[in-house]
Amino acid sequence: MSYLRTSWYALPNLLRFVLRRLFVGVLLCLGVTLISFILTQVVPGDPVSANLGDRAASDPVIVAVFRERYGLDKPLPEQYALYLQRLVQGDLGESQQTHRPVTTDLGQYLPATIELASAAMILALVFGIALGVIAAIKRDGWPDQLIRIISLAGVSVPTFWLALVTLYVFFFKLGIAPGVGRLNPGGKAPPAITNMFTIDSLLTGQWATFSTAISHIVLPALVLAIYTVGSITRFTRAAMLESLNQDYVRSARAKGLPERTVILRHAMRPALAAIVTVAGMAFGRMLSGTVLVESVFSWPGIGQYAYKSALALDLRAIMGVSLVVAVIYIVVNMAVDLIYALIDPRIRLG
Amino acid sequence: MASVSTKPPLLSIEGLTISLPTAEGQRAEAVRGVDLAIGRGEIVGLAGESGSGKTLTALSVLGLLPGGARPVGRILFEERDLLASGRAARSVRGAEVAMVFQDPMTALHPMLSIGRQMTEHVRFHLRLSQHAADTVAVEMLDRVRIPNPREAMTRYPHQFSGGMRQRIAIASALAAGPKLLIADEPTTALDVTVQAGILRLIEGLRRELQLSVLLITHDLGVMSALADRVYVMYAGRVVERGARADVLAQPRHPYTRGLLDALPHGSPSDHPLRALPGSPPAIGRFPAGCAFHPRCRFAEDICRADVPDLMPVAPGRAIACPIDPLAAVPA
Repeated sequence: MSYLRTSWYALPNLLRFVLRRLFVGVLLCLGVTLISFILTQVVPGDPVSANLGDRAASDPVIVAVFRERYGLDKPLPEQYALYLQRLVQGDLGESQQTHRPVTTDLGQYLPATIELASAAMILALVFGIALGVIAAIKRDGWPDQLIRIISLAGVSVPTFWLALVTLYVFFFKLGIAPGVGRLNPGGKAPPAITNMFTIDSLLTGQWATFSTAISHIVLPALVLAIYTVGSITRFTRAAMLESLNQDYVRSARAKGLPERTVILRHAMRPALAAIVTVAGMAFGRMLSGTVLVESVFSWPGIGQYAYKSALALDLRAIMGVSLVVAVIYIVVNMAVDLIYALIDPRIRLG
Repeated sequence: MASVSTKPPLLSIEGLTISLPTAEGQRAEAVRGVDLAIGRGEIVGLAGESGSGKTLTALSVLGLLPGGARPVGRILFEERDLLASGRAARSVRGAEVAMVFQDPMTALHPMLSIGRQMTEHVRFHLRLSQHAADTVAVEMLDRVRIPNPREAMTRYPHQFSGGMRQRIAIASALAAGPKLLIADEPTTALDVTVQAGILRLIEGLRRELQLSVLLITHDLGVMSALADRVYVMYAGRVVERGARADVLAQPRHPYTRGLLDALPHGSPSDHPLRALPGSPPAIGRFPAGCAFHPRCRFAEDICRADVPDLMPVAPGRAIACPIDPLAAVPA
């Protein structure tokens, strides 16, 4: 035991941090499966009637076959134990909707959402940080007032409404944005590597497909980003105002450094730590909150999949989605902490 | 060093007045007609309580006054007027005039390595490569007696003690080879045992680097250890100036005298500690006439009516007081 302890502390800080987080992460995922399993059981509604038509549902033989096929005839603890047993083998069960393994479904829908959320995140970071920094520098001037209105609008406008309006204006009226979906109608998807069309087309050198994919992602990504732009702008402004007031920023000015360096290196650095935290939470929220944007823009992502699965009480699919979202949250949180430690040398991991 | 030099001083502040916006939307003068000169290699002390305008005076030399502050007058650095030309002010800041601040715990950037903070302005001002700037920085860290300077470059401020951080801050300020160092209460935030080391360091650097120093402090003890000449400020004005030994041994202005009487060291029991009554007036509420008269035990009617000019009383010595306390009360 003491040998184990000694060798544990002999590990590098970083590795110890990652291992500890992974261990906690596995426990969390276990909890998520249990909770989503219980929730799918206690909600009123019966997967049988949700998946079978009226006629089939009134036939006891069909119902019995359906229950047996999806393991619904077994006692609940046994169902859960069975689920876990398959889970450790990488099997998330079969979707009652698509009749395919849930892992296959996730492999198809998840990359679309990650692609969309990542694009939105990049936009949100670029605009949010830029606007926040400008607002802080021009504090109480007209740029600050204008940016305050923009960010307030960003966090206030309902996403689904914004999605519909932008689609109406930029596609139907102005015709400068392409229509819904990930590619033009009938467009051929690039060879599946990551299932993110922009990246796959780039990797295989299909430039036409790449530009189509990019043009299709801009509008939904912008709509998805708006809320996060607002919140990142506000956080950046507050963090910049705080750090601009610090003694070390005055020191930097006293050293005669150009104002650009003072702001982008000396004042930004501590603000970045705060921004990374907000951005991490925002990314998780985007992944789990894309359903409205995905519906309006017919984006075949995890949000739509989760929505359809929930309507159909597709137990395995719901649990699969919950698990995947939990894993992403855990990974993003770990990444945030790692980046935080990179930014601030006072923070020690481990 | 009280001699009247024929060479022009390194820094010459002439008739500097700084007004600040007040909460009522008016403007109040926080510094009123200050004249101050620093020769090459000279350490000049600027003493006064908080609110006396000493820090504002120093910040105006670097062009770092807080937003809304408006300086009027002339600040000549090697004959360039820093107030008249923003370009001159920018070219001097950090390169020829450097500043060290009070609190070394907050003055260094917590997230940038010592090496980065030692070299970035050196590279910018002297247009050196990173390697050459590193060499300069290591040499300067060694000069301020940081052990293992090369290794210290890779570390961060939180890994050093307060005294070490102040040494690093001084080294960083001096790395670009400035001619004038402005030190604003450089020892106030430090332990007494560490203070003496920092003062000795500044004294040594002055000799080795032919450095001029403007030392701002409310602590006349620090002043007496270091300064060649002393300026005493009260309510935005210089009320006394002279050679350090003269001013400290024979204060001529009642305010200077009050400050010295309040010092715990000096003559023993026959000269009891005497606190200066009252507190310094706030900016915008300076009393009419001599601003010190409400707290002055020698005050007469003339003090309430007229603002006393800073009048020479001996070579290199001037006081702004119509009543010479030397004459009024036997010392």
